[in-house]
Amino acid sequence: MNDLSRIEKGTPVASSEAGTDSAVAVLIPRTSLSEKLLRIVMPFAVLGTVVAIWHAIVVINNLPPYILPSPPRVIQALIEDWGTLWPAMMITTKITFMALALALIGGVGFAIFLVQSKWVELAFYPIAVILQVTPIIAIAPLILIYAPSTQAALLICAFLVAFFPILSNMVQGLKSVDHNLLNLFELYGASRWQTLLYLKLPASQPYFMAGLRIGGGLALIAAVVAEFAAGSAGAESGLAFRLLESQFRLNIPRLFAALILLSLLGIAIFAVTTLISWLALHRWHESSVRREN
Amino acid sequence: MTAAMATVREQDPIYDQQPGKGRLVVKMRSVTKVFSNGTLALSNMSMDIGAGEFVSLLGPSGCGKSTALRIIAGLGRPSSGTIDWPSSRINSRGLPEGDVGFVFQEPTLMPWQTVFGNVFLPLRLQGKTKAGSRERIMETLAMVGLADFANAYPRELSGGMKMRVSIARALITGPKLLLMDEPFAALDEITRQKLNDDVRRLWQRSGVTVIFVTHSVYEATYLSNRIVVMRARPGEVYRDLAMPEAEERDVHFRSSEEFQASSALVSRTLLEAISVGGADHE
Repeated sequence: MNDLSRIEKGTPVASSEAGTDSAVAVLIPRTSLSEKLLRIVMPFAVLGTVVAIWHAIVVINNLPPYILPSPPRVIQALIEDWGTLWPAMMITTKITFMALALALIGGVGFAIFLVQSKWVELAFYPIAVILQVTPIIAIAPLILIYAPSTQAALLICAFLVAFFPILSNMVQGLKSVDHNLLNLFELYGASRWQTLLYLKLPASQPYFMAGLRIGGGLALIAAVVAEFAAGSAGAESGLAFRLLESQFRLNIPRLFAALILLSLLGIAIFAVTTLISWLALHRWHESSVRREN
Repeated sequence: MTAAMATVREQDPIYDQQPGKGRLVVKMRSVTKVFSNGTLALSNMSMDIGAGEFVSLLGPSGCGKSTALRIIAGLGRPSSGTIDWPSSRINSRGLPEGDVGFVFQEPTLMPWQTVFGNVFLPLRLQGKTKAGSRERIMETLAMVGLADFANAYPRELSGGMKMRVSIARALITGPKLLLMDEPFAALDEITRQKLNDDVRRLWQRSGVTVIFVTHSVYEATYLSNRIVVMRARPGEVYRDLAMPEAEERDVHFRSSEEFQASSALVSRTLLEAISVGGADHE
């Protein structure tokens, strides 16, 4: 320790007992069990009420199932058509997650590339913006022509939509690093690579997580919209096609069943991305820290 | 007052004086810094810092004291003039290698790292392993009184504790030169006094050279062996004052006549610097 070796091992120069600057992390009081239960029960109660009202409307007005099926009819359709719906759901899930994964790799990679120099950003950022602001549904027919298969086309559409929020959040994050910390890294002669790995990437985690959550939601929307546009058919078709097909055949219970599956998929994506974000940030970032005043 | 004048040597011109206790650690010659927006932040500053000195840069805001400190740290080159670190190994970028510790005005900790991780950073950048550095990190944390907080995250700490982590991080490489840029300005008076005592003790025990930027006359007088008073518009050195040699700086020193006289002199010099340095000072 060079100069500091003269200091006796472990002798505190600073006195940490007493004084104003020795506050210990405050224990967060636990929520009571009843409140926890209530947190879970409440949303389900509201949801149950909505379903009950839906059922009541169908029964009271004696609505035919091809206008509005009752909840039991939808469940029945879900069970009966499981053989058709489940593979379709798998396809949509696969496209969504593959698109999201590609968008994550591409978005983060491109963001790192963009922030390397002012000129790089100036030259390439507009292209990314053009891709984003052009309504994806408008490019879908073109992509359908060029892509080798419908699956690939759907993947490209979903990727394009999910890519931009991740890119723009990441660029923002990489540029928002504390200037003093950058100075500190410079002071210790950190290489570009070290600065990226130990400072810029960790510092942009909150931005990345925001991008991930937006991108996750958008990837699903794009996968559905692109399939509407593509109108794919056959064994490789996803939930969106099953939805359209059910509409054409006036099989409304099945349409509702497909809708429920899509919404479950959306919830799952939201839950996973939120969990990842919480795992990464809860120890240190304000957005994930519980506060009590 | 005459007694005070005897103990406080006033020196001028500034760069012809004897360079502190021993070898030179920093040698600045006619350093001028002009920012890209045209502001003349620092004008013609020459200063020698000897090994083991505790020097304070004191002055009003805008006098270039932080700019001077950054140039000494090797962050930002002077627009003209030369800066040299005679006792340090100079790396390929012309900067002293691993010999400078810097404490910013804010703690400047990485919020995603624990206290341990933050203090480990300079060693990590040098390519050291976590396991191999553990003992050294724990020793340094013990030195600043934070041995029990190695696994805490910065947000769980008070302002003073964060500053201690920042000091520990600056000391972990065993630097020859410790640069502190108004480190305690944002802290309350009691915490600040305590940290001042700690810094003084660290300096006494380790023999590290400290350059301390502050705008508090009392802090500067209490801590340093030498005070460089600066003035604003343009930022330049106004006076270089040597302080009493008193070894023990504690409550008694604070109430001593020597301290009172010194701080009166420093106050007066600072006032002069402000009035000479342009009437537009806030």
